Amino acid sequence: MRAYTPKDNVQAKSYYTDRYYVSPQVPKQDVESDEVFTADLAAISAKFKVNESYIQVGQMVVYINASDIYGVLELMKETLEYTQLSEMSAIDFLAKDNTFEIFYQMLSMNKRKRIRIKYSIEKGQAVDSVEKLFRSADWSEREMFDMFGIEANGHPFMKRILMPYDWQGNPLLKTYPLEGDEFAAWYEVDKIYGKEAREAIGPEIRDTARVDRYDSERFSRLGFEVPKGTEITGNEPKNEESYQEDGGVFLIKKFDRDSSTIVDDPQR
Amino acid sequence: MAQHKVDYTKSGGLPVALTSIDKLANWGRSNSLWAMTYGLACCGIEMMAAGASRFDFDRFGTIFRASPRQSDVMIVAGTLTKKHAEFIKRLYDQMTEPRWVISMGSCANTGGMFNTYATVQGVDRIIPVDLYLPGCAPRPETLQYGVMLLQKKIRANTANKSQKPKRLM
Repeated sequence: MRAYTPKDNVQAKSYYTDRYYVSPQVPKQDVESDEVFTADLAAISAKFKVNESYIQVGQMVVYINASDIYGVLELMKETLEYTQLSEMSAIDFLAKDNTFEIFYQMLSMNKRKRIRIKYSIEKGQAVDSVEKLFRSADWSEREMFDMFGIEANGHPFMKRILMPYDWQGNPLLKTYPLEGDEFAAWYEVDKIYGKEAREAIGPEIRDTARVDRYDSERFSRLGFEVPKGTEITGNEPKNEESYQEDGGVFLIKKFDRDSSTIVDDPQR
Repeated sequence: MAQHKVDYTKSGGLPVALTSIDKLANWGRSNSLWAMTYGLACCGIEMMAAGASRFDFDRFGTIFRASPRQSDVMIVAGTLTKKHAEFIKRLYDQMTEPRWVISMGSCANTGGMFNTYATVQGVDRIIPVDLYLPGCAPRPETLQYGVMLLQKKIRANTANKSQKPKRLM
């Protein structure tokens, strides 16, 4: 038998956890602890200014200046064999120090190593596009523009990629509400029916967990269904579940268990 | 027929000959409900399963059509995003009368778990819905039962009544 562990207060425990708990950082190592990364960093810092560098979870992180990004990635692609840009985007640190942090995740299949290039830009500043070097940056930069409003200079088609072209706001900003702002809440109504239809259609009902048994507009009690909008008193008649009207349907015979032959013997 | 002989309590006061035509028309309509394929998300997989051999929609006369102009019922199966909302309205407008809409699954009913900026909170904000199927995703049996209920609803109305254009507003 398994040993008994007391389960006191298990349900309530999540209630008492600290909402503002910040998990500790993964430890950082020096770049010198890995000889491949040491050589790569030496090649980068010979040509460009490196502000900070360390190894975290087996990957080197290099902080550079924003204006050097095209040159750094070109150097990494052409000479350091980091031939893939697997991911790039931005992180919103506007509340902390009014900057965005842009990261480029590089992969070298030959060296089996990953390097993350990072730099910070101010709000409203544009970045240099690396689409000429990596085709994958095409959609990534469009997504960054869509989600954060950061434009990429030199991009061939700088338009939104996920949200509609006429959308307002950048949804991945930390200041953007998850349930959408005023524009987002009325987007489909405004677009299809026009602003004057707002009153007729009504605001979005966001509390999907709310159940009101006396609301026959939005809810129906299974087995006690009433027409939409009827006032509910609690004395509603029971509706038997059935898929066909009593007495059958015109030209269709209703299945009758009593008058049918049920074959029990499979060897019949 | 003299007016006092019409029984207004039965069949909407219509003469007997017309109710038989109604019955015939409703029988035809309810047993050849051609559905428009509108699989938007994972509910679409259940809709496909309902159409495939195990559950077999063909025996109800429900055949999936790829064109709104050939279909009677639109089965909205899945999450409707705000970007897509104008297209569902356009396709609904292209369907010929009489037309019906089944909202399949939590996302189409209320937005479901996607309580976000990008999801329409219920497809009935865009088009009028006849039947809501609960579930995430509903089993094919639910969709089958829903189609049967819709057939029952079609048969309960007079043939002319359902031709009245339905508008959300």
